[in-house]
Amino acid sequence: MTFAMDASLVTPIVSASIVAGTPLVIAALGELVTEKSGVLNLGVEGMMAIGAVTGFVAAQHSGSTIIGVLAAMVAGAASALAFAILVLDLTANQVASGLALAIFGVGLAAFAGKPYESVVLPPVRALPIPLLADIPLLGPALFDQQWLVYFSWALCAGVAWFLYRSRAGLVLRAVGESPASAHAVGYRVIRIRYFATMFGGAMAGIAGAFLSLFYTPMWSEGLVAGRGWIALALVVFGTWRPLRVLVGAYLFGGVLIAQLFVQGSGLPLEIPPQLLSSLPYIATVAVLVIISRNPNTIRLNSPVSLGQPYRPDA
Amino acid sequence: MEDAVAAARAGVPRLDLRRIRKVYPTVIANDGIDLAVAPGEIHAVLGENGAGKSTLMKIIYGVTQRTGGEMYWEGEPVEPENPAHARSLGIGMVFQHFALFETLTVAENVALALPGHPGLRELARRIETMSARYGLPVDPRRLVHALSVGERQRVEIIRCLLQHPKLLIMDEPTSVLTPQAVAKLFETLRRIAAEGCSILYISHKLDEIQELCHAATVLRAGRVTGTFTPSRETPQSMARMMIGKDLPAYERGAALAGGEPRLRLLGLSQASDDPFGTNLEDLRLSVCAGEVVGIAGVSGNGQRELLRMISGERMIEDAAQVEICGIPAGRLAPGRRRRLGMCFVPEERLGRGAVPQMSLIENALLTAARTMRLVRRGLIDFAAARRFAAACVARFGVKASGPGVAAQSLSGGNLQKFIMGREIMQEPKLLVVAQPTWGVDVGAAAFIRQSIIDLRSRGCAVVVISEELDELFEVCDRIAVIAAGRLSPAKPASSTDVEEIGVWMSGMWPDAAAGAAEMRNAA
Repeated sequence: MTFAMDASLVTPIVSASIVAGTPLVIAALGELVTEKSGVLNLGVEGMMAIGAVTGFVAAQHSGSTIIGVLAAMVAGAASALAFAILVLDLTANQVASGLALAIFGVGLAAFAGKPYESVVLPPVRALPIPLLADIPLLGPALFDQQWLVYFSWALCAGVAWFLYRSRAGLVLRAVGESPASAHAVGYRVIRIRYFATMFGGAMAGIAGAFLSLFYTPMWSEGLVAGRGWIALALVVFGTWRPLRVLVGAYLFGGVLIAQLFVQGSGLPLEIPPQLLSSLPYIATVAVLVIISRNPNTIRLNSPVSLGQPYRPDA
Repeated sequence: MEDAVAAARAGVPRLDLRRIRKVYPTVIANDGIDLAVAPGEIHAVLGENGAGKSTLMKIIYGVTQRTGGEMYWEGEPVEPENPAHARSLGIGMVFQHFALFETLTVAENVALALPGHPGLRELARRIETMSARYGLPVDPRRLVHALSVGERQRVEIIRCLLQHPKLLIMDEPTSVLTPQAVAKLFETLRRIAAEGCSILYISHKLDEIQELCHAATVLRAGRVTGTFTPSRETPQSMARMMIGKDLPAYERGAALAGGEPRLRLLGLSQASDDPFGTNLEDLRLSVCAGEVVGIAGVSGNGQRELLRMISGERMIEDAAQVEICGIPAGRLAPGRRRRLGMCFVPEERLGRGAVPQMSLIENALLTAARTMRLVRRGLIDFAAARRFAAACVARFGVKASGPGVAAQSLSGGNLQKFIMGREIMQEPKLLVVAQPTWGVDVGAAAFIRQSIIDLRSRGCAVVVISEELDELFEVCDRIAVIAAGRLSPAKPASSTDVEEIGVWMSGMWPDAAAGAAEMRNAA
């Protein structure tokens, strides 16, 4: 970087990075749980779009952000349920069904959101945490955020605790590793996968609502803008570990915001803007590949049965 | 235990099956099977592959549901809907291919199978108590993928015992164990039975049944063909009941002396690229024309890695460490190695030995195109390929409607016969075979073994990698042992025996002391 980093820039950059990373955190953690059960749902982009538009419409009519978020959650879970019926009960191909859901969701959201195009909602106010928000520099960056940001942190801790400390999480991991063994031991593989898939859909819905209600409190077609795909990539490159997914999401958000600052700073840089815009993607993948390159970690954390249909034989 | 004793007094069988039927869309797996097991009885169910043993066990354990017949548990009619229901009745099962989760610890694996919500620490204590009581040492904190096959089986058994079963089903439990580990397992099973638990013991190994079981039921093609008391029968009479005829004897001439070496491993060392694989350390072996050399060992001790390095699937850094027909071949691709005169039968039939979706003709082409001249001027001679595949099907008794059927439509044993035939009929200079008769029924296995012996008598060098010691002693001139990625010297089969090879299989052969300390317990 050729320009001097002004200390006064730290707070807004970190703060904006966290906000940019939050929808990725929420969507990716949901998908992580889905994938840990062995189901590959590529439809995150579509579920986020459906969540975004549903949340927006609900919030606009009710005047309540919370109702908007809840509606987005239900809509996301419902679209995941449709996907789950296809791939779990009808054993359709997971990749094809997921792609279909992604395309369908984006299209449906654009159609349903047509009347709300360019309607603007009042922004959701930040909720500073007393004392913590007074820490110089990082205090306002971390602890003066909208409440859904705090929710994403709780979600990360919750998912990590659930997967590695609770019995239900143990069962979920077992199902993802070997559905046949899990069935033989007596677990209802299909039902567990239903729950995991719907949880993933619910989180994708909330992530969508974050975009349409918190990030830019308005609806426009193409609002999700590929974030669902990034969330999918984060899960894989973060080797299905909640904390790594969180780090990856903030890294993405950080580089995204940093390059925007650079582009907007009007510095006479010789770097083409297209290259700068691609930086967040490259940097995130590169860093996550490096921290996750140990083959042992990959083998121990990746769900073995991911994407493979399973039916207990009758 | 008291109710078990009471039931025994009353003469009620623990488990009573009457006219059990199971019909799959294409086959009748069980056709009117009757079977009764008394409390504390070790009851053998024997039969060839495909006789319906595994299906019957799955029905008892609730993995699958029967089409007809009745099942009584301690006198009451029952209908096990799923494994959890069967377990609540007191039925436990140890699977042939373990139903363990590799990325979880031993304690976590056990926790998954137990009702209620035992804390992991409390559970670890119970596992330790149980393992001490039955002589099944295993550390509850270790990850399952790091355990040897024998240890995994102990985990399965402990997992069953912790639920205090009244009936324990063991599906071919010894197929992966060294003879010493088998002896230990039998002690454990006898102790369990003595406490009143019934055991259903599935196997096709006649000597084991004779040693362990109180009663036996023979299945053939889904029907009961006999029930007997093993101690009153001979292996020959049991074999006759199992396959319906006498076992053929092998004809073998003496090994040809003074053949030139066809395969030489010259200090082959290579780290495995699989984090859970085995690193090979300084393997030395020479296999000459006109002899069969066997490599014994419990699977997972480096066989897979060794096979890949001999076949060429995995290149090795120092080309000179593997020599085929006198040429350093360590950096040659599989096709180039075949051109030197090597043929190869891998362990996995589908995916490595054959392309599942392709027909037998196309699969024949894949390895025999050059040697059998099935390709002319770059074009496939389909007539010749069809003739070759058909000849292979006929000569090796492959049960298929014709050479045009897809490889995946064949049963495992039949596909194995086809793949063995395809390679043997190419008359190679060197044949490397993994598990030549895995899943093949007794009669066909005898034919394959005889074919291997004949091939060697015609001057081929053969390497057989197998877990079946009996098989190795039948076909091999010399036998070596692989344990923890190290290879023992090859000893003439006539001057060694199952006990000695069994000891070697746990890594303890003379001169092995150097690495023995860090060697993991293969038993």
